[in-house]
Amino acid sequence: MSRDWSLLLGMLLALLACVLLWVLHGALMDQPGPRLADLAAANVPYSGVSNPVTSVLLNFRAYDTLLELAVVLAALLGIWALGPAVPGFQPSGPVLASMVSWIVPLLILAGGYMLWVGGHAPGGAFQAGALLGAAGVILRLGGDPRAGLPDETMQRWLAVAGTAVFTLVGLALAAAGEGFLTYPTDWAKWLILLIETAATIAIGVTLAAAYVGGRP
Amino acid sequence: MILFALGIWSFLSHEALLRKLIAFNVMGGGVFHVFIAVAYRGDTAPPDPVPHALVLTGIVVAVSATALALALGGRAQDAADHD
Amino acid sequence: MTQLLLLFDVVLLTTLLALAVAAVTSPEPRRAVMLFIAFGLWLSMVWARLRAPDVALAEAAIGAGLGGALMLAAARRAAKREAGDSTESAGDSGAGGPPA
Repeated sequence: MSRDWSLLLGMLLALLACVLLWVLHGALMDQPGPRLADLAAANVPYSGVSNPVTSVLLNFRAYDTLLELAVVLAALLGIWALGPAVPGFQPSGPVLASMVSWIVPLLILAGGYMLWVGGHAPGGAFQAGALLGAAGVILRLGGDPRAGLPDETMQRWLAVAGTAVFTLVGLALAAAGEGFLTYPTDWAKWLILLIETAATIAIGVTLAAAYVGGRP
Repeated sequence: MILFALGIWSFLSHEALLRKLIAFNVMGGGVFHVFIAVAYRGDTAPPDPVPHALVLTGIVVAVSATALALALGGRAQDAADHD
Repeated sequence: MTQLLLLFDVVLLTTLLALAVAAVTSPEPRRAVMLFIAFGLWLSMVWARLRAPDVALAEAAIGAGLGGALMLAAARRAAKREAGDSTESAGDSGAGGPPA
């Protein structure tokens, strides 16, 4: 692309940004309509968890989260479809190896803590899954070509676990007459915890497998 | 103050379209930032949890899209090398 | 106190924008990726300031951490391919990989 064109494009984009800013300003300065925040805040006590973000994610907008897990799964399937993984790193030296052997259990422990604490404080399945994925990345950097993941069949099952458990819980609730993903208040906490655990494992496995970058 | 930041952000996020994956992620960061800023209600009131949840899912989706794009790009490069 | 917080916010935002511009305009891939990681971490700090600790945690761990690791690996592969084109004998020494 020539210099003139990129300059013109930059000016056009700046203009577009100004228009967007003006629209946003208008929308915010306008009389704010009814917002979802009040509705969400009023219903948090019935959602089974006291962290508002977790209750929105896993209860009020559970469809979003389910489909999001499916998107992550689809991305992993796409990566696997592209062929075998590239070879990993050579085995690390003693300093890195001993650090890896310290950090990976700590990361797994921190992931479990994140998962549990997500009910009432900042944290939750995504952060915990990210920590598990980070443990896998560190293992691979330390020389393990499979990033600490189990064999292929097991990997497939674990990667599907999040979406599967989420869908099964939803279907079971629908069969019990509650409606798809409408938790009864008494059970909500445990159902959410079950889904979050499965989602954590699935996200961790998916991220680590995506870092390996190919079919196991 | 926040609006000022938003202005620069949307500008930046569009300018960034000119580059590839990093630019794409910076752009996503700009959009997420707009969401978070809209949810912010001052230092005393609790912020709106709904945009927070949306951004949380958005981050994960953005990273998986990035991973897929990187794998595709690497694969395409390999195929080009073999020709 | 308010003045001080305002100053803090201004510093945060200026640094954030500078990092973003640097990451987008940097010509060398690895430098760009590192700047992008710094940008992600800084963004999570801004979000923590905006009372969104959940999102800040996720961005720091997923966006900056794992996304950065993915991009670093890709940048390393690209650099190795270029080196391999010139010498045709660059083995997988792992020398280009980040230590952690």
